[in-house]
Amino acid sequence: MITKLDSKIPSGPLETKWDRHRFSEKLVSPSNKRKLTIIVVGTGLAGASAASTLGQLGYQVECFCFHDSPRRAHSIAAQGGINAAKNYQDDGDSVGRLFYDTIKGGDFRSREANVYRLAQISTQIIDQCVALGIPFAREYGGQLANRSFGGVQVSRTFYCRGQTGQQLLLGAYSALCWQIERGQVTMRPRTEMLDLIVVDGQARGIVVRDLVTGRLSVHMAYAVVLATGGYSNVYYLSTNANGSNVTATYRAWKQGAAFANPCFTQIHPTAIPPGDVYQAKLTLMSESLRNDGRLWVPKLPADTRSPHDISEGERDYFLERRYPRFGNLAPRDIASRAVKAVCDEGRGVGPNGHGVYLDFAGVIEQQGFDVVRERYGNLFEMYHRITGEDAYRAPMRIYPAPHYTMGGLWVDYNLMSTIPGLFVIGEANFADHGANRLGASSLMQGLADGYFILPYTIGHYLATAKLPPVAEDHAQASAALHRVTSRITRLLDAKGGRTAASFHRDVGRLLWNHCGMSRDEAGLKLALASIPALRDAFWREVVVPGSGDAFNQELEYAGRVADYLEFAELLCHDALHRQESCGAHFREEHQTGDGEPTRDDSRFAHVAAWEYREGTIPILHKEPLAFEFVQPTTRSYQ
Amino acid sequence: MRFTLNIWRQKGPNEAGRFVRYEASDVSPGMSFLEMLDAVNQKLLVAGEEPVAFEQDCREGICGSCSLVIDGIPHGPDRGITTCQLYMRRFPDGASITIEPWRARAFPIIKDLVVDRSALDRVMQAGGYISVNTGGAVDGNVLLIGKDRAETSMDAASCIGCGACVAACKNASAMLFVAAKVSHLALLPQGEPERTRRVSAMIEAMDREGFGSCGNQYECEAVCPKSISVRFIATLNREYLRAGIVESALSSESESPHAESV
Repeated sequence: MITKLDSKIPSGPLETKWDRHRFSEKLVSPSNKRKLTIIVVGTGLAGASAASTLGQLGYQVECFCFHDSPRRAHSIAAQGGINAAKNYQDDGDSVGRLFYDTIKGGDFRSREANVYRLAQISTQIIDQCVALGIPFAREYGGQLANRSFGGVQVSRTFYCRGQTGQQLLLGAYSALCWQIERGQVTMRPRTEMLDLIVVDGQARGIVVRDLVTGRLSVHMAYAVVLATGGYSNVYYLSTNANGSNVTATYRAWKQGAAFANPCFTQIHPTAIPPGDVYQAKLTLMSESLRNDGRLWVPKLPADTRSPHDISEGERDYFLERRYPRFGNLAPRDIASRAVKAVCDEGRGVGPNGHGVYLDFAGVIEQQGFDVVRERYGNLFEMYHRITGEDAYRAPMRIYPAPHYTMGGLWVDYNLMSTIPGLFVIGEANFADHGANRLGASSLMQGLADGYFILPYTIGHYLATAKLPPVAEDHAQASAALHRVTSRITRLLDAKGGRTAASFHRDVGRLLWNHCGMSRDEAGLKLALASIPALRDAFWREVVVPGSGDAFNQELEYAGRVADYLEFAELLCHDALHRQESCGAHFREEHQTGDGEPTRDDSRFAHVAAWEYREGTIPILHKEPLAFEFVQPTTRSYQ
Repeated sequence: MRFTLNIWRQKGPNEAGRFVRYEASDVSPGMSFLEMLDAVNQKLLVAGEEPVAFEQDCREGICGSCSLVIDGIPHGPDRGITTCQLYMRRFPDGASITIEPWRARAFPIIKDLVVDRSALDRVMQAGGYISVNTGGAVDGNVLLIGKDRAETSMDAASCIGCGACVAACKNASAMLFVAAKVSHLALLPQGEPERTRRVSAMIEAMDREGFGSCGNQYECEAVCPKSISVRFIATLNREYLRAGIVESALSSESESPHAESV
């Protein structure tokens, strides 16, 4: 049971908190590190960088991923870039400014100390990545190149064409390869974590399933690190990879780790609009397109003319109109809601009116076709392949899509959850992005956690906690194994006539409609009333063929859908409790006359951390957010 | 649209496989190839049959999971894309399409269209990295890298590790895969200290895993979803030759970067 949320934020000036904290941390002696096993689940930016660094420090690391190779984790798909306060462009950037942009971008729902540390570490990340051989874009003179990216006015984003996530992940993967070669990391690919083992209140192991043989096994350790990513796929259609899921963090929640701010889900404004029912995912078009593209819709509703026939005067460049200072570069949550608003007015374009134009005619005319092709050629190609349309000739159509989840398992300043010994890093935790994440900051956070924060803080835990050896056949391990076995048996025994995907689609639609870009009390209550019935139907009617002791992709998937069907409720409870609009969370009841969100700092300047209770609604714990160094302001981009 | 699919079905690594015919109906031209297979699988599931196992994840051509040989060509008929980026409007209505797994000695079949590509990871573990510790790196602008060099390195680094190059090669060679990593790091000053050891170790690992040699027929480049050029195989050959010369000129002890961990 959670008694008190202690964020363990060091006292003193913001600028020196992390340095002083590191100095006060206890160290583990090199000879003892060799005796300590640490489990790392997930091999994205956070997991791979943490596992490789822990291996380098001398710990014995057991690393798990469900993919066939650690290099496939979804960090690979991040397109745009990674922020760092290097100020190479001398355009007024600094650690302080990156800190302020991030905390304001998060609508003052994140911790000052965490965000400041992130901004401080950002510069080290770039240096580390260059040392690992990441081929960042360069200027002709050989210096690192930068570009500006959604929601900020300085140029601080480092990039590798449209494949920054891929290159950063392959860098972390190569570091991991080195530690595997050295024998410091034991890599177990095609292995899925299905439960957490807690012994005497401490995280001491996990239960995993070998996805090739179906064999279940118990792995014990002195600490467990979850780096298992976000949960946008609860919406069924999202920009996430199909395999991305909530299972690891959700199962940890059921073992006592608090889940923080689950309703903070980011809807990215620029994805290719949805098509037919078999559509498996929404493809993101990089936010960098908004640097040069202009968003517009016809001024008149239900205007079905070709965009070329709509004259300049009949067009509404709605972001430029509503947010003249930031225009088309307004932050993601604001841009997404503005798109939704014009579509709700019946002014959307394309099939079902689910779309707005992203137009490059202006920049092509001013700077030439070749410049646009050099900057965005691969994105235009991708758009053409998927839609069959040529964006050089006619504007693109885009529509918002679930993309990133700021919510996640609650962690303290040391990235430890409410279960001692369970650390959570990267998108899987909740810490740094508040109610909205700015572009090019997820890569930054994943690598900050994995390379530079966790390796310090986990050492202090291992040096100070009492950790007696625990055998693999400990009663708690057997109990966890039993939970997993009975769940698998239940899935296989249902033998119904409906596929897991059909339930996933249903719960996703329910959430998109009632807990998506905007929420209200009636809709959330309706969703909360509908989910249990859907879940009951799932367990009665789902069909999972084959057996548990073999390669069985449908069994893997059905297990994840079963978790979405529970997790969806938690999301709605959180959205219902937060009676304010902040960041990505927009409550219809809380807006100004012209549709701008109204935040309520007097009642909701807190982290909402939910504790699992079997058979009843979860318990809410609040961690107040104190702002000592910045003054929360109305987040205006007008 | 409707299609007749001839799909390779194989229960496990040691079982015999065979082609099985399936009809895909109600296919819309805007569906991706994998969405078309999803639809076939949904029908099989409702009919109580085992769905066709295939690998996929990001569905946007970057993770390298998807791996189908479509009508004899890895990743299908179009150049420069992965299977997940292939759309049904590319095929004539009523076509018959044959779908097979990657076939190579180093890629044993796990089930149906899923193969084990862990050999590629082991080749990377042999030397596809720069061994620097976390922390203490110098400022990223200390070593200047010309734009052209950085771009060429990025061309090589864009390999997604899907293994199509191996599947397309009649020798099942992984030369393009190895060449991409060796070239990416050899072009950068940070990769210089381990340049010699890296190429030797990766080539040795490649041979050990049972990949064949390059036959200079360039099928690999033709199917590579990132259009990685065979010029990098030439770079690899030069690097390998250079390593032979450099190694013969230095005493062997100095080429042991992991001595401290023994």
